Amino acid sequence: MSLYQFSSPATFYALAGRIAPWFAGAAAVLAVTGLWIGLVIAPTDFQQGEAYRIIFIHVPSAWMSMFIYLVMAFWSIVALSFNTRLSAMMAQALAPTGAWMTFIALWTGSLWGRPTWGTYWAWDARMTSELILLFLYFGVIALRNAIDDPRRADRACAVLTIVGAVNIPIIYFSVYWWNTLHQGASVSPTGTKMQATMLSAMLVMAVAAWFYAVAVALWRVRAIILERERGSAWIEGLPGMARA
Amino acid sequence: MSTAVATVPTEPDYGVLAAVRWAVARDLRVALRSRAELGVQLLFYVIVVSVFPLASSPDRALLAAMGPGVLWVASLLASLLALPRLFASDFGDGTLEQIALSPYPLPALVAGKALAHWLTTGLPVVVLAPILGVQYALDAQVLAIVAASLLIGTPILSLLGGIGAALTLGTRGGGSLLALLILPLYVPVLIFGAGSADAWRAGLSVAPNLSLLGAGLLITLVGAPFAMAAAVRIALD
Repeated sequence: MSLYQFSSPATFYALAGRIAPWFAGAAAVLAVTGLWIGLVIAPTDFQQGEAYRIIFIHVPSAWMSMFIYLVMAFWSIVALSFNTRLSAMMAQALAPTGAWMTFIALWTGSLWGRPTWGTYWAWDARMTSELILLFLYFGVIALRNAIDDPRRADRACAVLTIVGAVNIPIIYFSVYWWNTLHQGASVSPTGTKMQATMLSAMLVMAVAAWFYAVAVALWRVRAIILERERGSAWIEGLPGMARA
Repeated sequence: MSTAVATVPTEPDYGVLAAVRWAVARDLRVALRSRAELGVQLLFYVIVVSVFPLASSPDRALLAAMGPGVLWVASLLASLLALPRLFASDFGDGTLEQIALSPYPLPALVAGKALAHWLTTGLPVVVLAPILGVQYALDAQVLAIVAASLLIGTPILSLLGGIGAALTLGTRGGGSLLALLILPLYVPVLIFGAGSADAWRAGLSVAPNLSLLGAGLLITLVGAPFAMAAAVRIALD
């Protein structure tokens, strides 16, 4: 039994079905805990009032939006290097979740910006990069839909994802390149400027968002496997899948 | 036995530079055979630049503020408009397959095609932009900066655009799909390119912007030909 065995869609289908509910359950528990700490325990911010509490959704989704793209780029590199089908399916399964996370980050950010900055949208560097990231996700999804042959779509999307990954460092460093309206990063390795309860709520929510993304991607990859491998013998052997 | 051995031909040059030279010469020849098409593309640039003042105002201060940005956005669109021509007709008639089968290195061949694309669409824009900039009440220094930033930036557009053009070969969606894939990748070029004139207007040095553009050009020059070649091979499968 080696790890490579799981690169077979047939094996991974069963594994994903077993572990996805655990990730989903953990995500639900963590989300309830994180929201409870964030909305009930954490004190009101003396500058931003209650409006700051949207960061418990905003920051985790913004982190995930960038992280998921990196994971997609990783699976794309694996797919191109080893020509593995499952890696490309993972990249395909992650794209919609990443796009949603990006959209939520933009949406909640603009809701936060209205009371805090006095505007829904400012052409701040990080907001702009996040918007470009959303376009990159849309581009990958659209290219996938425009190509009929799934194997060709796999490789074309992999090339596009890797080229787009150049944008991720730009997002990260943009806050240094342009000194604009957006507040500096609140969480840094050397020392945080946040109160401990606020920080713990945010980190718990971040892990919840991460586990949610894992669970959803695993379920989606199962659907992709079923769709692509239909007609193969092992799928017809699954309960309820036998051909009439 | 005959003496056929004596007429062994010398080994042809299948190097990178020979490949680039061949691709540039061939695509330029093809482009110059349809000069009308090239002319139409440049007219597109001229018209796009000319309609922006009609949509805002003829106020000279406003025009001077938006001028460099308009010249840059229009050059993005002009580059985008010409991109399908880069591979599509060669793909349609099977030439691209023969090019991929040739003993020349494919990344060098596609880099040559991108260079020819730049010579026929980017370089004319670099020449036209300072002339059109006069419509926007830009002074000589700003015009020079815009031309310099376009000179460094437009080759990046051709190289990055080539990746998108190759990826969308034979797909449904055509031009609008290409725009969705490529315009987000053009954004850093646009920011640094148009930003160089803004920096000058703000009394800052233009060197950082032009240096970053130059760095971007070097990176794309090294990386993009390989991505383009990979995309061409995927399309030909």
